[in-house]
Amino acid sequence: MSALLNIGRRVGKHLLASLPALFGVVLFTFLLMRVLPGDPAAFFASGPNAGQAEMAQIRETMGLDRPIPEQFVRYVGDLARGNLGQSMTTGQPVIADLAERMPASLELTLFALVLALALALPLGILAALRPNSLLDHGVRFVCTLGVCVPTFVTGLLLIYVFYYLLGLAPDPTGRVDIFAAPPPGITGFLLIDFLLVGDLAGWKAAFGQLILPACTMALFVLAPLARMTRASLLSVLGSDFIRTARSVGMSDWRVVVVYALRNALLPVLTIIGIVFSTMLGANVLVEKVFSWPGIGSYALDALLASDYAPVQGFVLLIAVIFVMVNLIIDVLYGIVDPRISLQ
Amino acid sequence: MSATLRHAGWVLRGNPVTACAAAGAVVLVAIAVLAPWITPYDPIASNVPAALQPPSATHWAGTDQLGRDIFSRLIGATRLDLGIAVSAVLLSFAAGATIGALCGYAGGRVDRSVGRLVDVLMAFPLFVLAMALVAALGNRVENIVIATALINLPFYIRFARAEVNVRRHAGWVEAARAGGESHATIVLAYLLPNILPAMAVQISLNLGWAILNAAGLSFLGLGVQAPTPEWGIMVAEGARFIGNGQWWLVAFPGLALMLAVLCFNLLGDGLRDILDPRMRT
Amino acid sequence: MSGPLLDIQNLHVAFSTRAGMVEAVRGIDLQLAPGGTLAVVGESGSGKSVTAYAVTQLLDRAARIPKGRILFRGEDITRADPARMKALRGAAISMVFQSPRTALNPIRSIGLQVMDAIAAHENLPKAVLRARALELLEAVRIRDADKRFDAYPAELSGGMCQRVMIAMAIACNPSLLIADEPTTGLDVTTQKTVMDLIAGLTAERGMALILITHDLGLAASYCRDVMVMQQGRVVEAAPAVDIFRHPSHPYTRRLVAASPTPTSTVDELVGETPSVARAPFAVPREARVLLDASSIVKRFDSTLAVEDVSLTLKAGESLGLVGESGSGKSTLSRIVCRLADADGGRLLFDGVDIGAIPLRTFHESPWRREIQIVFQDPHESLNPRFTAFECIARPVRRLAKLTDGAQVKRRVEEVAERCGLSPDLLSRFPHQLSGGQKARIGIARAVAVEPRLLVLDEPTAALDVSVQAVVLKLLDDLRRDEGLAFLFVSHDLNVVRMMCERTIVMRHGRIVEEGESHALFRNPQAAYTRELLGAIPHFEPVQAATA
Repeated sequence: MSALLNIGRRVGKHLLASLPALFGVVLFTFLLMRVLPGDPAAFFASGPNAGQAEMAQIRETMGLDRPIPEQFVRYVGDLARGNLGQSMTTGQPVIADLAERMPASLELTLFALVLALALALPLGILAALRPNSLLDHGVRFVCTLGVCVPTFVTGLLLIYVFYYLLGLAPDPTGRVDIFAAPPPGITGFLLIDFLLVGDLAGWKAAFGQLILPACTMALFVLAPLARMTRASLLSVLGSDFIRTARSVGMSDWRVVVVYALRNALLPVLTIIGIVFSTMLGANVLVEKVFSWPGIGSYALDALLASDYAPVQGFVLLIAVIFVMVNLIIDVLYGIVDPRISLQ
Repeated sequence: MSATLRHAGWVLRGNPVTACAAAGAVVLVAIAVLAPWITPYDPIASNVPAALQPPSATHWAGTDQLGRDIFSRLIGATRLDLGIAVSAVLLSFAAGATIGALCGYAGGRVDRSVGRLVDVLMAFPLFVLAMALVAALGNRVENIVIATALINLPFYIRFARAEVNVRRHAGWVEAARAGGESHATIVLAYLLPNILPAMAVQISLNLGWAILNAAGLSFLGLGVQAPTPEWGIMVAEGARFIGNGQWWLVAFPGLALMLAVLCFNLLGDGLRDILDPRMRT
Repeated sequence: MSGPLLDIQNLHVAFSTRAGMVEAVRGIDLQLAPGGTLAVVGESGSGKSVTAYAVTQLLDRAARIPKGRILFRGEDITRADPARMKALRGAAISMVFQSPRTALNPIRSIGLQVMDAIAAHENLPKAVLRARALELLEAVRIRDADKRFDAYPAELSGGMCQRVMIAMAIACNPSLLIADEPTTGLDVTTQKTVMDLIAGLTAERGMALILITHDLGLAASYCRDVMVMQQGRVVEAAPAVDIFRHPSHPYTRRLVAASPTPTSTVDELVGETPSVARAPFAVPREARVLLDASSIVKRFDSTLAVEDVSLTLKAGESLGLVGESGSGKSTLSRIVCRLADADGGRLLFDGVDIGAIPLRTFHESPWRREIQIVFQDPHESLNPRFTAFECIARPVRRLAKLTDGAQVKRRVEEVAERCGLSPDLLSRFPHQLSGGQKARIGIARAVAVEPRLLVLDEPTAALDVSVQAVVLKLLDDLRRDEGLAFLFVSHDLNVVRMMCERTIVMRHGRIVEEGESHALFRNPQAAYTRELLGAIPHFEPVQAATA
């Protein structure tokens, strides 16, 4: 009970602490809109030949003639009502566009994270248990290379090998085959939706589309995860309390699993947070390479078309996701490390 | 001075990987400096009849869709890519180390708020921030440098701050205060020289990261514009042809990026090992 | 049982380092009977801990045993396989380590850790394990053991953590307990309770004890036999009574002489017996008050570190400030030398209110030169990027206002010589110097600007006793010759008694007792002072002799 209460208190505290950061992002996106070249009124005018009077009227209705602080208050008010503005390119409210594309990005990022963790944790642990062995050097080598190849190059090379040379992967555009039946829209996560309706063929097709971009991203973050796991486990294994555990004759298994691993997990948790946010950024690149219909490619297209409302919405959305992820990490941290809840 | 060089030589002999990385970095810089004189072809002259040729004796890395020699473009791009990365990292190092060291030494409320701000910034998807910055400031090379420098800044502030913080109450700093040194002298003559070696590691690792960032932005069409040779743009242009099996358009600029980043990363790792053998990861 | 419990024959231990193989232990022999108590005494680098880790095979990977045998109950365990060692560790041979806080898993409750120690050798149901663990925690006198059962190490004091460590070590009733500096870093009163506990439990349960320590007093008080090590070799091994009464080896003799006792003088520590005993230093009656601190208060967050402390110090006088960790003595010393601000009170130096000069600009005031400080850790108090010369010369330029290079050089060399540093050492960097040399540089730097008050913050706490002896002698000489006033902060009562005419005892930020040193030590008034004095390990092996 008290543990739950503790977690609740931590969640509250964390949310409160992230308010300034969120406010900063809102201010940043607002300033972004101010600084960006071009007159927003011109976009909404009836045409390129709109008269001065019409422009002025649009400015007035949009509040662009008001002082900047007042405009900022109105902007925050709009945000609070969920109004992120209109996209010029799609003609839809930005919030609707983002909501539609969000699951694609999340599914890709989460799947890639799980994939990376599934590889990195065992590799890091094995390398730490046998430092300076062949395996250790191998892991170090792969990790060093992995972090040096840019995601967009990895993605393209994977396409070349698995699509062009081997023919194993489907045409690397989008989440589903264009000729396939549209997927059931339940959660928006295709792998889950197809399973829910029991469509195994659809699931396989979606998985085929997902695996290459996911691998691309996973390869990029494999290095920091595996290296941190190795370093942290190695330093824990060298610490005094491990010596204590061994001095009372505990079995190796118990020493490693109960004493070392749990302690070693703490820095790894921290790095997972950072890795996740790196992935959110790398999303833009990977989505472009694989024509993935996520929020990253949406924002990029808008940015290149000088359509700034979607870009703002994207940055804000990323900020919110980022706060949520850090919240989860923080709660997990509190569960693993009792010292935190003591303070 | 010669003693320092001799020591460096001795250290590098014991760390062959680091020695290779250091040599690689020197070669890269040499290529960047000598680029205009060593390219076999004009990097931006198109020759449409010779388009999309695979690597051969005349075109070592093949030609692209306009028949330009990829090898020459790779060499030409070295100057721009390294230039962006180096200037961005130097900018953020100079600003970050100063801000961080001052905050760390001063302590107190300002220091704590800066620390928290930096922590938040560091965990934020910085690539997205860089995209937005380039979009806001305008699609130019200088702005890529500024954006890359800005997103590197938190790392240096945090690093310098942490390094100064652990030394702030060290006996030798307190002794300097008791010895009548001014605060500026303590920061500049005592603390900064002591954290420089650790900062060198950070600089080296960040160079690799900065190269990746700048290339990523150009890949997306931000910053450097075609036909300027730049590794990221070359990959972006080659992407269209990968599905047809014309791999060399992507593979060679990708390889160049990888080697450059690898050099700086290995150099950074090596420096860290030399400074602190326990930190080996 | 016949034969020794532990029999080490010609043991060598070597470490492979960058500079090749380095022998840490070079052929030692050791016998310990069942239930015996043996102290292994030595200064840092003597190989005493390495020997202990070799017995339990807890040496790090770089270590090798090229020669020698370790027999435990007649069984050769020098290179026993890991499974055999696992069966022995905890069940037959246990260890208690230095720095108890880090020796326990920070994120596992202490009860579970004790249960783990039992479960390593006995397959018992959870409930039984828990009951046994609780019994053990009670046996090591942890109050409210059932309430503390689920506590984490961070919630306990260092002494409490060491008790938990002891509970883990004796969980399976081993026949040998090796305690590696078990009380280093603990306060003297805690040290006594922990050592009493170890001695009591091992005697009660018939365990043999090997106590590894640098402290001759501890060795004498708790062990029947003593073995003195130096640079990987045994220089002397004998019953404690003999070793302290008639040390035969010159190193042992030096070590015994250098260890402060309730009656020793600074001269005796360095083995000098002046033909005419120097008269105890006396401050002239008419000397005026140099430092007058009244009602000093210092807060950290909401806790009071120093609470309404007043003290005065006459010119040329030496005042000792004694207390355990958390007593506020170090905080007070930093306030006095204007490295930290007080939150209340008044600080007069030579009649001038130096507390009113802002901390930010104090380095520019003429008073900066008058008050200097010598820090605790000699290594940490020197800038690693400066040569010894630069360390001493900088304050000379800044505070003594010497600008001429030759003048500065002359002054630095003079001071260095005065502090026993040969001129060729001045061009070296700190990492090229020994601990004692670094301590001398720290002192030279402080006295080079000719201050009137020298604050000494545990100046010898990080040094081996033999080095401590010469440093104390140097400080004492400096003071007599230059007429310096000392504020001498220390946890070691014997040192303070030798060095100071007056002593202040602090606890929890308050003054407990204050008085002329000899009177205070002979006839302490406050109960806390008596407790402190009683906790100092008896140098004369009284207990061992009667045991």
